[in-house]
Formats: sequence, structure tokens, C-alpha cells
Amino acid sequence: MPPTLAFLARRLLQLGPVVLAIAALNFALLHMAPGDVADIIAASSGGAPVEFVEELRRNFGLDRPLWEQFLVFLGRLLVLDLGWSHIQQAPVLELVMERVPATLLLMLAAILVAVAAGMLLGILAAMRHRSWIDAVLSILALVVYATPQFWLGLMLIVLFSVTLGILPSGGMMTIATDLSWSARALDIARHLVLPSLTLGLFYVALYTRLMRASMLEVFTLDFITTARAKGLSETRISFVHAARNALLPVVTLAGVQIGHILGGSILVETVFGWPGLGRLVFDALLQRDLPLLLGVLLVSSVVVVLVNLLVDLVYGLLDPRIVQR
Amino acid sequence: MTALLQVEGLSVHFDTVRGVVRAVEDLSFAVERGQTVALVGESGSGKSTAALSLLRLLPPGAGRIAGGRVLLDGRDLLALPARDLRQVRGAAVGMIFQDPMMALNPVHTVGRQIAETLHHHLGQRGAAAEARVVELLRRVQVPAPEQRMRQYPHNLSGGMRQRVMMAMALACRPSLLIADEPTTALDVTVQAQVLSLIDELKAELGMAVLLITHDLGVVWETAQRVVVLYAGRKVEEGPVTEILTRPRHPYTAGLLRAAEWREDGGRLAEIPGSVPSPHAMPPGCAFAPRCPLADDRCRAAIPPIRPIGPAHTAACFRAEAA
Repeated sequence: MPPTLAFLARRLLQLGPVVLAIAALNFALLHMAPGDVADIIAASSGGAPVEFVEELRRNFGLDRPLWEQFLVFLGRLLVLDLGWSHIQQAPVLELVMERVPATLLLMLAAILVAVAAGMLLGILAAMRHRSWIDAVLSILALVVYATPQFWLGLMLIVLFSVTLGILPSGGMMTIATDLSWSARALDIARHLVLPSLTLGLFYVALYTRLMRASMLEVFTLDFITTARAKGLSETRISFVHAARNALLPVVTLAGVQIGHILGGSILVETVFGWPGLGRLVFDALLQRDLPLLLGVLLVSSVVVVLVNLLVDLVYGLLDPRIVQR
Repeated sequence: MTALLQVEGLSVHFDTVRGVVRAVEDLSFAVERGQTVALVGESGSGKSTAALSLLRLLPPGAGRIAGGRVLLDGRDLLALPARDLRQVRGAAVGMIFQDPMMALNPVHTVGRQIAETLHHHLGQRGAAAEARVVELLRRVQVPAPEQRMRQYPHNLSGGMRQRVMMAMALACRPSLLIADEPTTALDVTVQAQVLSLIDELKAELGMAVLLITHDLGVVWETAQRVVVLYAGRKVEEGPVTEILTRPRHPYTAGLLRAAEWREDGGRLAEIPGSVPSPHAMPPGCAFAPRCPLADDRCRAAIPPIRPIGPAHTAACFRAEAA
């Protein structure tokens, strides 16, 4: 088997124990919080007799010891059954999978924006080291870095949707229109611009700074002198010889921050009404919908682990010295 | 006929918080076509700085060329616009470096790195460039070049990497090869192979070689002329046989004694003391504090370079006594 495939197989096998550990941790943490779904349902109907609440608990299996509930949860997990949401009256897996594509789209778009723009701006700042371009980029990065995401989102809506009227202010697609798939893709892309910018800009600032520092370090290495001695132009040296070497720390950091970006999407999805996991988890939390919450957390952790695996593969593509074992 | 490379009064200064460091001061020498000239000195003598300055390759912010001219075929490289200089780098002048592991880009195949030079200067690409890369690698005695060209620097041994560097430097048939300590980072057995390869290619291409080294054994085997640097200044220059058998500068004599093989296993004859700090240069001859012959005159003024034999010059008041 080629080393990369073997690496992939091993990493996928490791997924099992990781997901199990995450599930146990989430289960324990969530059951430490006071109040359960029976309380919420009782409260939402303006109060209920104690017997009714007890009856509800018995029906949901909440009266049984915690370890028994955990084992039931694990047993269902083995057959990919994430349980039933008593609030939404639907299977958790269905609810979650319905939302995953939207979040994945938003997350990947944000990462792509962040790495691509951060890389380009970082290269530019490093090439014009200590010039006014470098100074302006540094200040801009600092400002964006310090700007709260929800505020940035609102301001982008004010500028592009309200004032200029060129981009939609929320949602993922125009409702109830019959569109061809290409028009639909364009429609979704237009809706994607503002949320992914809001989510990604913070990381653009971060990666610009990182890429700049990384480029300046690579510029001091001997092979850059070799490239100059070959007669190459500074632009070619920067983009062809330095950038690929300098990108490694950025990719490493991006990999580490996948989870962080997923967390940030809750906020952004709320601001833009984006129908993803973020909104689902927010609602589930308020309604003590523990099966749904557990399901979302579990699926998110799988997404994070898988995207990390992807990052490791990209790492190997960027630097041939890294052989995945 | 003028010399291929004529360096006149080259000075390189580093601006530091503790003042200006004169890494190279008023350096002049010439390299004739097809000749090998060795630039010799200890670490810190300014020899590598001088070599990098010839093509203005000092990293920005590190050192600045404070004066002088570097004439290649009569064209002053120091006055050339950047665009024109890039046409000289890698084409008329090739360069190889001390550590071929560091000097090759780790994320590109060696074939691609050689082909890049061909593309940039000769506009060759595709199959033609690939064929030429294979030919170049074969010429520098890399076995199985078709496979090697698709490998990365870390897949190759030190000697192979230096051969790749040479293939890259020689791709456009330069008239001058600047070799900055090309064998220092290599095993002794590989050193000899690389040096003889340089000699072979020099004869074949009719190119001149400027060899920067601290190894007098290497100088003896390959060079025709020797320029000795001490603390940034030329202290002696002459034909290799003259310099290495009848050195007239006490520093060169000390270097030779230190390099001598002691059959009796006795202590090496080291030069006492150390190179003066660039921040505290003595007012007179920089070597005076370590020199057994130094007198008051040496400590008061810097001795000028003066002829002391056929094609032999030295910067020493007491050259005749040495």
C-alpha cells in the first residue's frame, strides 16, 4: 500500500476512539448542567403537576441512572442512531445532517478566504517590508483583529445590503423560486459572500501577520540567495521560492483553528440567519434538548477531525520532506 | 586584452549600532579568462562578503557596498540597473555555495530548479529544457539523471547536491564561476571529487573560477593566483607557487605554518592571538598585534599594497624581512 493510503487508513481507524472519548466527555459535561427537557416542556406549558413531569421523565428514560443512560446512548451510537429530539419531534441524525452542508460550506469558504487572502497580503507586506504598504497592512490587520465579529457582520450588512443593495443580508438562498442549478449555485454564492467574509476576516488578519513574519524568515535562508544568483526577479522569488516554504506555519495554524472557526460560525450564522449547525446548537442549548446537542457536538467533532486530516494531507503536498506515516 | 573580472577598490560596510564595520575595505584584484583565483582568509576575513558583493547578493539591510567597481568584461556590475544585473546573474556568472543542503529549495525538485535557470535566461521549456537538464546532470556526474531530476534535495547526498548546484550554475555556460567554500560542508572524499569536477568543467567551458576558501591544500591543487585577505583587506597577492612557497606577508606565512602537516605529531603552529574585533581595529596594520615582526611603523600606519616581485604584491612594511 502506498504510504499516503496507509496513513489515511490508520488515521481513519483512530477516528473511532477519538469520537468515543468526545462523546463521553460531552455526555458528562451536559448532564452536569441543572434542568432537563422535562422541566422545559413543563415550564413552556405554564407549569404542570409533579406527576406529569415525572411521567415525562419516565417516557424519555431520564429517570434511569446516568450510567445506564450513557450506555444506551453509546449503544445507539454504534448503529448511527443519535436519538430522538423530543423538542423538535424528529430524529437527531436527520436534523443534524440537514444542517451540516450549510455549515461546511460556510466554514470552508471562510478558511479559503482566510488562507488565500492572508497569504497574498502577507507576501505583499513582506515584499514591501518597512514601506508604507507594509505599514497600512499592519494597521488594517490590527484593526480587523480587534473588531468583534458580530459588529463586523452587522456593518457589512449595512454597507453591502442596506446602503449599496448589492448583496443579500441573510439566508442561504432566495426562497420559492424555480432556478436552474447554475443559477442556484450563483444565488447561494451571493448569499455566502457576507457570512464567509465576516467569519474569515479575523483569520485573514491573523494569517497576514503570520505569513509576513514567515516570509521574512524564509527570505534570510540560503536558497533565496541561490535564487537571486540565478537572476530571478524578486516577484518570482517571493511567489515561487519563498511562499510555499512560508505557507507551512499558516497551514498548521489553520488546522489547529478549524474548531475555533466552527465555534465562530454559531455567531455568524445567527447574525446572517444561515441555516447551519450553529443555529441548531444555539436553539438546542436554550431548550435543554440534550440528545440534539450531543448529536451536533458529535458531528462537529467528526468534522473537525476530518478537516484536520485533510490539512495533514495538504501539508504533505506543500512540503515533500514530510512523509505521512 | 583586459581581464575578465576586474575588482577595483571594493568596500563593503555594515552599519551596526556600535558603528560602521568595514567588512571589506579597498579590495582590488583581477581574474583572467580561464584562470582560477583563490580568495583566501580565515572566517570573518570578509572573503564571503566580498564574493556576494560582486553580484550585489548581500541580503538587503545586512551590508552596503560603500565604493569601488566590479568590471565584468568592462561592464561595472555595481552600477548596472537591477534588470540588467539579473541578466548577468546565473548567465555570465554562475555561483555555488558552501552548504548545498541550505542552498537548494527544499520544496522543489532539483530538475525544476535547474530548468528554472534555463527558462529564465534561454527561454527553454518543456521537453527541450528537460533534455538539457538530464544532459547537465550527466555532465556533473550525477548517476541516473532521469530519476534524480524528479527527486527533492533531501533525497540526495551532500556531494550530489553540490553537483546539482553546479549543474544549475553552469546551465548557461558562464564565463565566470564564483565558488564560495564549495567543499567545506562535504566529506573529505567527496571534496576531492567535486574539486576535480570543477577543474574539468573549467577546462571544458573555458571559464574562470573565483574560489573562496580557507583551505590552502585546495588552493595549491586548483588555483593559479592567490589573494589573501585579513580583516577585510588584501594583505598579499601573487602566483600560487610564490605565495605558498615564499610568502612575504607574515600573516600568509603564519597561515602556511598552521596548515603544515606535522609528521612528528607535534603541536600545530598556530598564529598567536585572534583577529581584532571589527569594532576595535588597530590604527596601523590589522595584523600588527599578532605579528612577530611588527615594529612601531606597523602600529602607526596601514601599510600600502606594493609590488615585491614579479606579479607579487604584499601590504607589509617588513615584507623583505619575512
